Amino acid sequence: MLRIFGLIGRYFLLMGKVFSRPEKAAIYRRRIIYEMESLGINSIGLTAIISVFIGMVITLQMSINLDSPFIPKSLIGYATRETMILEFSSAVVALILAGKVGSSIASEIGTMRITEQIDALEIMGVNSASYLILPKIVASMIFFPFLTILSILIGIVGGWLIAAVTGIMIPADYVDGLLMDFKTYSIVYTLIKMVFFAYIITSISAFFGYYARGNSLEVGTASTRAVVVSCVVVLLFDLILTQILLI
Amino acid sequence: MIRAEHIVKSFDGRVVLDDITVEFETGKTNLIIGRSGSGKTVLLKTLVGLHEPDSGDVWYDGVNFTRLGFRERKEIRKDIGMIFQGGALLDSSTVEENVKLPLDLFTAKSEREKMERVNFCLQRVRLENANKLYPAELSGGMIKRVAIARAIVMNPRYLFCDEPNSGLDPQTSIVIDNLIHEITHEYGMTTIINTHDMNSVMEIGEKIVYIHEGRKWWEGTKSEILHAENRELNDFVFASAMAKRAKQVAE
Repeated sequence: MLRIFGLIGRYFLLMGKVFSRPEKAAIYRRRIIYEMESLGINSIGLTAIISVFIGMVITLQMSINLDSPFIPKSLIGYATRETMILEFSSAVVALILAGKVGSSIASEIGTMRITEQIDALEIMGVNSASYLILPKIVASMIFFPFLTILSILIGIVGGWLIAAVTGIMIPADYVDGLLMDFKTYSIVYTLIKMVFFAYIITSISAFFGYYARGNSLEVGTASTRAVVVSCVVVLLFDLILTQILLI
Repeated sequence: MIRAEHIVKSFDGRVVLDDITVEFETGKTNLIIGRSGSGKTVLLKTLVGLHEPDSGDVWYDGVNFTRLGFRERKEIRKDIGMIFQGGALLDSSTVEENVKLPLDLFTAKSEREKMERVNFCLQRVRLENANKLYPAELSGGMIKRVAIARAIVMNPRYLFCDEPNSGLDPQTSIVIDNLIHEITHEYGMTTIINTHDMNSVMEIGEKIVYIHEGRKWWEGTKSEILHAENRELNDFVFASAMAKRAKQVAE
């Protein structure tokens, strides 16, 4: 228990260093754009593939489970849309990104630590924590919500495709369901969640990488820990934010 | 001049540096020598502030570095250049970007002025046409040259080198040694080199400090080291078969 408190304390101390005044704003702007490409644009493919398949699977499962003459088929489109917006495109995409982006951040920063690149920055007088971590946090908080929007759109299109290809329902009914009882706040809610998740994934992964010690084996361990802890904290905050924002 | 006073440093209860007091002279190539695990790297990292000593002080030209806060240290660090054992170049940046980074962060120079300085430093370490290469595309010797260029780009007053010859062939080692020696005299820097390479000692050592089991065992010049009457030092200096034979022949 004491160890967990120690870890939390070190995490907040690191965040204090991360959010201290940057050396030169122009350098940070350049690094944020670089990180947007590295962490965000490079994740579009994975997000798109997973979203289209999940959209298809949700539509298929809904059509199997809502197989009653008393339930209108359009509800399948409605359920697919709500599932994608409320949970999949924020929480599940965040868990997937924790695996991809989180492990990449932890191993990148961890390798920099054990190869003395971070020491080299410190010797130059650079605030290494801020220089390395802040652009990643800002880039992901800006870009991950776009991935959420993309995931929602692609998932919904996936559902429509499977409806059209397999003939389980008339695509027009699916579209009717999509337009049924739409609340803009659901989008706001999912985007707020994703901004929090982006911060959690990048800051926790960077923390484990920054304090990696020893050799490449330790970097691997740090990377695994980063993913596991990020996932658990994402799920915890999913619950907390849902309670605060929806109920 | 850099002075370490009564430095003690331990890790998990194991004393690595035990009451070390030593002075490194300005405009000279100062060498810290000793076996692997003797505490050389810990001493070097304590001098630059990467490790905090358990007790003792480090003075940079009369300023007590150990007692300074983060911001004051930052100012002194702008006068420090360091060459790490593996080069420690940023993997995601090109040679040019690596060398230019301190200029980008701490100067108000124009892009053209910065590039002039970068190219000057790269030429000074005799590394041309490598600006756009990444560290992964460089040889060990080239990495060390880029690290030297990056270390001198801000015109530092203090240069620290942690085993600059490790992993290099004997010829390249001599080139790197001579380069550091030339730069030290050219810019009047206080240079401290960590090494266990006796060739470096005989080539460029002006002041030599021998560390053994975390304690300062001996200090002197390269001419004195050959005649020192210190068993541990002699065991270290004449460890190789070739050195032993040379000594026997001389005697």
